[in-house]
Amino acid sequence: MKQKTSSLKGQVEPIVAVRNYRDSKLARQIATKIQEITPKRGIFKFCHVCGTHEWTITHYGIRSLLPENVEVIAGPGCPVCIVPAAEIDEAVLLAKKGVVVTCFGDLLRVPGSDGSLLDAKAQGADVRIVYSLTDAVNMARKEPEKEFVFFAVGFETTAPATALEALSKPSVNFSFLIAHRLIPPAMELLLGVGDLQIDGFIAPGHVSAIIGMKPYELFPKVYRMPTVVAGFEPVDVLMGIYLLMKQLKEKTARLENEYARVVKWEGNPKALEIMNRAFTVTSGNWRGIGRLPNSAYKLRDEFAAYDAHAKFNVKVEQGKDVLLGCECHLVIIGKIKPDKCPMFMKACTPQKPVGACMVSSEGTCRVWAKAVSSHYS
Amino acid sequence: MCLAIPAHVLSVSGDKAEVDFGQNVLRQVNISLVDVKVGDYVLVHAGYAIQKLDEKDALETLSLWREILEAENQ
Repeated sequence: MKQKTSSLKGQVEPIVAVRNYRDSKLARQIATKIQEITPKRGIFKFCHVCGTHEWTITHYGIRSLLPENVEVIAGPGCPVCIVPAAEIDEAVLLAKKGVVVTCFGDLLRVPGSDGSLLDAKAQGADVRIVYSLTDAVNMARKEPEKEFVFFAVGFETTAPATALEALSKPSVNFSFLIAHRLIPPAMELLLGVGDLQIDGFIAPGHVSAIIGMKPYELFPKVYRMPTVVAGFEPVDVLMGIYLLMKQLKEKTARLENEYARVVKWEGNPKALEIMNRAFTVTSGNWRGIGRLPNSAYKLRDEFAAYDAHAKFNVKVEQGKDVLLGCECHLVIIGKIKPDKCPMFMKACTPQKPVGACMVSSEGTCRVWAKAVSSHYS
Repeated sequence: MCLAIPAHVLSVSGDKAEVDFGQNVLRQVNISLVDVKVGDYVLVHAGYAIQKLDEKDALETLSLWREILEAENQ
């Protein structure tokens, strides 16, 4: 049945939920509070694992509002940056075999071992950027004489759409090259990196919209690590930092939800159920990090007909993930800041990226590069 | 990549909805992952609504933050 209220069209104000969470007065108030409660001695490091958080932090100059001894570091939060070269190579191979490879724009320039999808496209392969998986599914329906593959990259935010379309039985000339990854195993890995100081996690709001709060419970319980799920407006991020600092001050470790307007304890049960029907969880390689157990989604056997690996028999075991001189592997885990890489804005720029972190609009190096260039322009 | 934009649901037809991202930016999105009706706000990620956005919760949380900040001033 179709419901319609066309009178709403065009009259919608920017919604309160967005407008008020950009209130600069409130943001300054929170920043002052953070200053007040931060102990003068010691250095405190909070880690986020989301490219969109890094964008908010850099775009709104949030680091400049924090006390000098509080740092926010960026963990492996860009799903494009952590796709291993071997999986890019598989997509390039398919494209060169004459399969139409569809993907989000961010992926096009990510370096494989020997060139990117953009290079393959320049050599005549049919590589198409789509805004949404729906566009790719529709293209395959309209051009039944060609084989289509959707290169499915992204964390738990993006994976439900892939699961949904796999269950909806797309046309026979359509399949998925799945490179989805799960965030909590990467967060757990960071806690095992010996010389990486982390005093609290800012957990990613939109991943959490799907998976809910439960997967983060182990961080305070097992690792005594304060963890706050936060949204993406400046007030959200500042409040997330404030709540973490408050926990440190109280010498406690809790799991808190700053983003209650979107994140429910149980996440999105409908999306989780759909993912569970379509996927199994398996180990997966992360660029610059290595193989992590229980960190990747794979289509269940009954959907093998839609699995491009099986359908076209492509499997690249080993790729060239990090080029000599590139420090992406250290940037990805938050061990160094982009400007500590000798290539940053010299040999590696947004126009001519060397490492994956400079390619995606959410890669830490790319976000920093944009901030640097707008600072000097 | 995990960017998701709030939008207002204008009409619903099967598993599709027409949504308004503000300033008259309209688009059709897939709503199979959520239960929504006309007038709701949703978060849209790459053409799929991934969660409902609760405006009442949004306002309550803000007043809670203000209360916490005020309380600690005293």
